[in-house]
Amino acid sequence: MLEIRNLAKSFGGVKATNDVSLEFPDGSLTAVIGPNGAGKSTFFNLITGALKPDSGQVLLDGVDLAGRSPPEIVRHGIGRAFQVASIFKSLTVQETMLAAVSADQRSSAVLHKRFPLPETRDRAEHVMELLGLASKRHRTAATLSHGDQKLLDIALALVLEPKVLLLDEPTAGMGPEERWRMIDKVRELWETQKITVVFIEHDMDIVFKIAPKIVVLCYGRILATGTPDEIRNNTAVIDAYLGTEHAGAAA
Amino acid sequence: MTELEAGRAERLAPVRSGAALQRYRDVLIALIAFAVLASLPLFTGSKALLDFVIRCSAYGLFATSLNLLVGYTGLTSFGHGMFFGLGAYSFGLIMQKLGVPIPVAFVATLAITAAVAAVIGAICVRLKEIYFAFVTLAFQMLIHSTILSWASFTGGDQGLRGGIPRPAFLGINLANHVHLYIASCALLVLGLLAMRQIAQSPFGYTLRMIRDNAARASFLGIDVWRAKLTVFVLAALFASMGGMVMALFVSGAYPEFAYWTISGEGIFINMLGGVSTFLGPMVGTVLLLLLNDTVTRFTEYHGIVLGVVILFFALGLRKGLLDFVAEWFAQRRDAGEGR
Repeated sequence: MLEIRNLAKSFGGVKATNDVSLEFPDGSLTAVIGPNGAGKSTFFNLITGALKPDSGQVLLDGVDLAGRSPPEIVRHGIGRAFQVASIFKSLTVQETMLAAVSADQRSSAVLHKRFPLPETRDRAEHVMELLGLASKRHRTAATLSHGDQKLLDIALALVLEPKVLLLDEPTAGMGPEERWRMIDKVRELWETQKITVVFIEHDMDIVFKIAPKIVVLCYGRILATGTPDEIRNNTAVIDAYLGTEHAGAAA
Repeated sequence: MTELEAGRAERLAPVRSGAALQRYRDVLIALIAFAVLASLPLFTGSKALLDFVIRCSAYGLFATSLNLLVGYTGLTSFGHGMFFGLGAYSFGLIMQKLGVPIPVAFVATLAITAAVAAVIGAICVRLKEIYFAFVTLAFQMLIHSTILSWASFTGGDQGLRGGIPRPAFLGINLANHVHLYIASCALLVLGLLAMRQIAQSPFGYTLRMIRDNAARASFLGIDVWRAKLTVFVLAALFASMGGMVMALFVSGAYPEFAYWTISGEGIFINMLGGVSTFLGPMVGTVLLLLLNDTVTRFTEYHGIVLGVVILFFALGLRKGLLDFVAEWFAQRRDAGEGR
């Protein structure tokens, strides 16, 4: 279980994350929504070690990871994908996967053997199949389509076999059809891999359709948490974010 | 299901044997290259040609090691020449002052280089891009001025004079020109083979990941700082080897070996030969030394000619020679597959 306790971070006078406490039970799927500047990405950055929190705890199975470095946090089992696909542009899909498994198996500093190490192959192969990238294994990452680059980014997080997977806008920059394909993939991964998934998403139709639990952030605070129905009918959320139109349409 | 697994095994099998085959192929190429170079004195009595190959060995080791930083890790060092100078001076001083056998001095020099590179690297690799470049350059100038001002130990601007003693060991007499030539070729081939292994190891791919996207690499659990420091020290060792070959060749060490222009030539060589292939810097070395030797024979304004050549590569081809050739072959192959 991932447990966030009283997490806080300020930039100058702006409280980007303000006393946030949340629980993500094992195997849960949660959407984080909120208007621009609500502190969604900052929240992810604090959990994954990209930013150091001013105060608060990030407990994964009882171990406090707050303020540790990204490599340490990854090794404890929190993986992430990025809003803008963060990949290795000159490596092929297969090389990317193999190198990531090497990193996870702590063989990324091995000098006396040739890349790739035999023991990295099965896991790399498995995740490529899972995300439908196996047929593009020899493509250089830079030449992949936008959607495939996003998939490769997720594959990079997934190949480390994380307990918790944080996806920062997996559908960013995609057309409507591609969005649904991506989010179906995310849902499928969540169901088959039995991992805790937390994702940031702007498309309310997607959020209300697939997320059993939703967290609404606004000005760094938690505005509301609950099931899609609870969020839809929450007056604070309607006022701050959804607007009456969306709530009316949903009702 | 079994069909799927069979298909998977089939696809993986060539990759598995491929890595091992690649290693044997590299060793084979190295052996052939060494055999060809080593048999050269049998066919020619030209001392100039052998000298040329010795200089190529010294500069080739240096430039290829710089490419581990520039091409593979994306660390553009403007001060890599300091380790070339350090190698030459350490080796020369140990031989002159202590009179130990050459292999002992060789290993001791590598140890000194590793220690110095670890300290300098620990400071430099925290910095990125232009800041890294400038701080490495600053350290280069520091070492150069130390050599100049510590005249009682290093000979100051006169360099290490009086020759470096080259006592015979294991039947190898480096005072003999042919022996020195064969030893240089052996060091070059072994050094290149070792660097090739580094480039193709899991660590080599870690370096490529850091070059492409260091932040992402750290989110995969890679300690970026440690990896950069490791490659900085490894590259310094091979640059130092180049410096030792040079010291043996000229039987001395001079402040120019540690001057920033050596680093500049290293960058120059990498631009000429290309940084996206392993042997690019080796091709660049041969090109630069050939240009240097021929142009200086015809004109004293050789700087202008070299400048025009580098402009041609930088603005015309937009890449080094071997990069250009490799891309041309890749395009031809793709076109062939398309048909």
